[in-house]
Amino acid sequence: MNRAFRTVVALVATATLAAACGSDGDDATPAEESDPVTVTLVSHDSFFVTEDLLLQFTEDTGITVELLPAGDAGEALNQSILSKGNPLGDVFFGVDNTFLSRAVNAEIFSAYESPLLAEIPDELELDPTYQLLPVDFGDVCLNYDVAAYGDATPPSDLADLTDAAYEGQLVVQNPATSSPGLAFLLATIEEFGEEGDYTWRDYWSDLRANDVAVQAGWSEAYYGDFTVGGGGDRPLVVSYASSPPAEVIFADPPIDEAPTAVVEASCFRQVEFVGVLDGTEHESAARQLVDFLLSVPLQEDIPLNMFVFPANENAAIPQEFIDHTVVPTNSKALDPADIEANRERWIEEWTEIVLR
Amino acid sequence: MSRGATLAVAAVPLGFFALFFAWPVASILWRGLNVDGQLDLSVFGDVVADPFMREIGWFTLWQAVVSTGLTIALGLPGAYVVSHFEFRGRRLFRALVTVPFVLPTVVVGTAFLVLFGPAGPLGWDLRQTIWAVLAAHVFFNVSVVIRTVGGAWGQLHPGPEEAARVLGANRLRAFWSVTLPRLVPSLAAASAIVFLFTFTSFGVVLILGGPGLSTLESETYFQTVRYLNLDVAAVLAMVQMLSVVLLLVVQRRLQQRYEGSQRVRSAGQRRRQLANARDRLLVGSVVGVTLILVVAPLLVLVWRSLRVGDGWGLAHYDALDESRRGTTSFVEPIDAVFNSLRFGFGATAIALTVGGLAAVAIARGHGRLARALDTSLMLPLGTSAATVGFGFLIALDSPPLDLRTSAWLVPIAHALVGVPFVIRIVVPALRSVDERLRSAAQVLGASPARVFREVDLPIVSRSLIVAGGFAFAVSLGEFGATSFIARPQYPTIPTAIFRFLGQPGASNLGQAMAMSVILMVLTAVVVLAIDRFRLGEFGEW
Repeated sequence: MNRAFRTVVALVATATLAAACGSDGDDATPAEESDPVTVTLVSHDSFFVTEDLLLQFTEDTGITVELLPAGDAGEALNQSILSKGNPLGDVFFGVDNTFLSRAVNAEIFSAYESPLLAEIPDELELDPTYQLLPVDFGDVCLNYDVAAYGDATPPSDLADLTDAAYEGQLVVQNPATSSPGLAFLLATIEEFGEEGDYTWRDYWSDLRANDVAVQAGWSEAYYGDFTVGGGGDRPLVVSYASSPPAEVIFADPPIDEAPTAVVEASCFRQVEFVGVLDGTEHESAARQLVDFLLSVPLQEDIPLNMFVFPANENAAIPQEFIDHTVVPTNSKALDPADIEANRERWIEEWTEIVLR
Repeated sequence: MSRGATLAVAAVPLGFFALFFAWPVASILWRGLNVDGQLDLSVFGDVVADPFMREIGWFTLWQAVVSTGLTIALGLPGAYVVSHFEFRGRRLFRALVTVPFVLPTVVVGTAFLVLFGPAGPLGWDLRQTIWAVLAAHVFFNVSVVIRTVGGAWGQLHPGPEEAARVLGANRLRAFWSVTLPRLVPSLAAASAIVFLFTFTSFGVVLILGGPGLSTLESETYFQTVRYLNLDVAAVLAMVQMLSVVLLLVVQRRLQQRYEGSQRVRSAGQRRRQLANARDRLLVGSVVGVTLILVVAPLLVLVWRSLRVGDGWGLAHYDALDESRRGTTSFVEPIDAVFNSLRFGFGATAIALTVGGLAAVAIARGHGRLARALDTSLMLPLGTSAATVGFGFLIALDSPPLDLRTSAWLVPIAHALVGVPFVIRIVVPALRSVDERLRSAAQVLGASPARVFREVDLPIVSRSLIVAGGFAFAVSLGEFGATSFIARPQYPTIPTAIFRFLGQPGASNLGQAMAMSVILMVLTAVVVLAIDRFRLGEFGEW
């Protein structure tokens, strides 16, 4: 017993030492070149990019990029707000239009009017102070199971969902816990308005009467209740305009046609922004990174990694996206300041109407 | 142990606790509750008066009570069987029921969603009902009852029961009047832990309970992370912490009242071979039912990971190695395993050091300090991970302690959760060392330190290994606390699973399932290895 104990202790001690040494070895830069600048890019957990592009950037500019995922969009932003003045990194990517006002009001970004803004459509530049620059956009739309509808007509807009014909077919996400859920709620608020004969509250009461299912997050809805995703029993789900091409790309075994399609009239536009954090020590390097994020090579890399569309007009879109989905021309949108002012009240009222 | 010695030994754990828990939590609470530098507690009144919040508090409480009751009810037969019978596969059974305890909720949530969904084997749709939540709670925690109560039961000297039977009591009466009171300490300990975990349950309630059910912990998360309403979050966090402290105090009182002097035998001596058909039936049915409860969700994961298109195969496991190589989203499975193991070793080293010293102080130390240390070190289990995570952010933000983006924060956070387990395992072992051995050593001239080194340490060495193994397993599956820390690019297995689950596509889901199975197997191996070392089987675990 003594020997066994001693062996185990020795093993554990060695392993701990190896772990400690190993961790230092891994993240030290190989050779200390003159003046290596490392810029930290704080983002949400869903920021992905092809590594070669980052390496190319380092070769071209001498700037090393370190990625720091910090939770989902709201979490990452709140962390940055809490660390105002002593930022976690140099650049922040991942503020979306629902959080834009909160980010601008918190005064944690420093303005930068990048020359690449010339290549970005004006309608995406939601921040006139240039603290936050648009990088990509996507749409949260209703997805439906093509095969399930067959000859029957799928819903063509939001109002259809309250029809008895579509009873028990829809699954949505809780806007309190899910970004697409919130986007869908905002779409209904934009469509039906806050005042008048038929407001968004009436709409949601009707949806509830029509047996809408609510899940906490996107994956519980898509992989749990949605027919295509996970063998559930509901053929309508709130997801992204890029979900059909994703189904094709990640199909196993491969398929030719997307099993899902998008209801264009239900789409709500989401735009994601990048900004230089105030208080960074590497302002000019940070600005170069922002320029890089807006440049065509990286913009073309975005769709297949993050499943959104590039903001830069000159960036090409992959064929799968062109074949299997549409870029909605008339997506709904709400003023970011309105969203910030009313979000909590809207979510509370929604919870009252739908969940209680 | 003298007061001074207690203080010296407790210095390291106290320092760790103060630096990495008390200070960050106090910082974030202060940020929430201060108005222009003055403490403003008026928000307490608002929150307590709000019917919505009251409902949440009430729901949190009763679902924890019911979950605990159910877990005890379903775990007691298992505890009895494991402590009274010697049968083939006994060790494997005990290891298998422990695996769920350390699995991350994202994995368990998915498994249960499938199990209870319309496409699952049961055919009923129990998702988003309280039943799914309760079932998941039992699944997670039944091992606590089986191990804790089973361990204690196996050590009880059968003398008093035999005396009662001789005096004319029937089996049931003997159990009720003699055995049960003697089991109260371990029942109290098990109930406290199960209640603690179900009271602060977050992932399970979120995923399985659905949007309609909300606990204190999940509401704290929303208020902190989504709305940045730090004042409301502070109130909720404090209410939760106070409840946990209250719980621990009550548990300790119960334990002290019933502990008395138990005649103890090393376990194994109460066990006997299966003698007849009735024994076999009893053991078979208890083991069978418990296994179904525990293993079914795990099997669901395995099943899902092997389903490729319309057929079966190992394609998802192969794909783990190749999918989207060259992008920063690619987590090479071997890297994820390696990272998880590295963080695990780091966390275990910290937890054993801090927890070991704390255990010495608690087991040998005097009075109030020891008790306060015990309660304090349990607090991290009862505090919302969002609070702690954001606390790190604002407290540990200036050199020399700018750890906000350091990889070291991950093992530290894991260790905060692992230390309570180390204490729970090592303290009873320390207490079981026969005082006469120590006195004999002292009489023969050994200094207190030498007595510790040559008498105590060899005896508790096994419990240290068990404690270390537990801390390691907990670290492997930890996801909640680490998800609030801005972590550099060292994805762990739970992180990898979470990434796969965030994208549509059959191969993403399949790979998430494959990684979950890998995690399960790793955990089972660790737990089985721990059990190999538990020959003495003293202690609560």
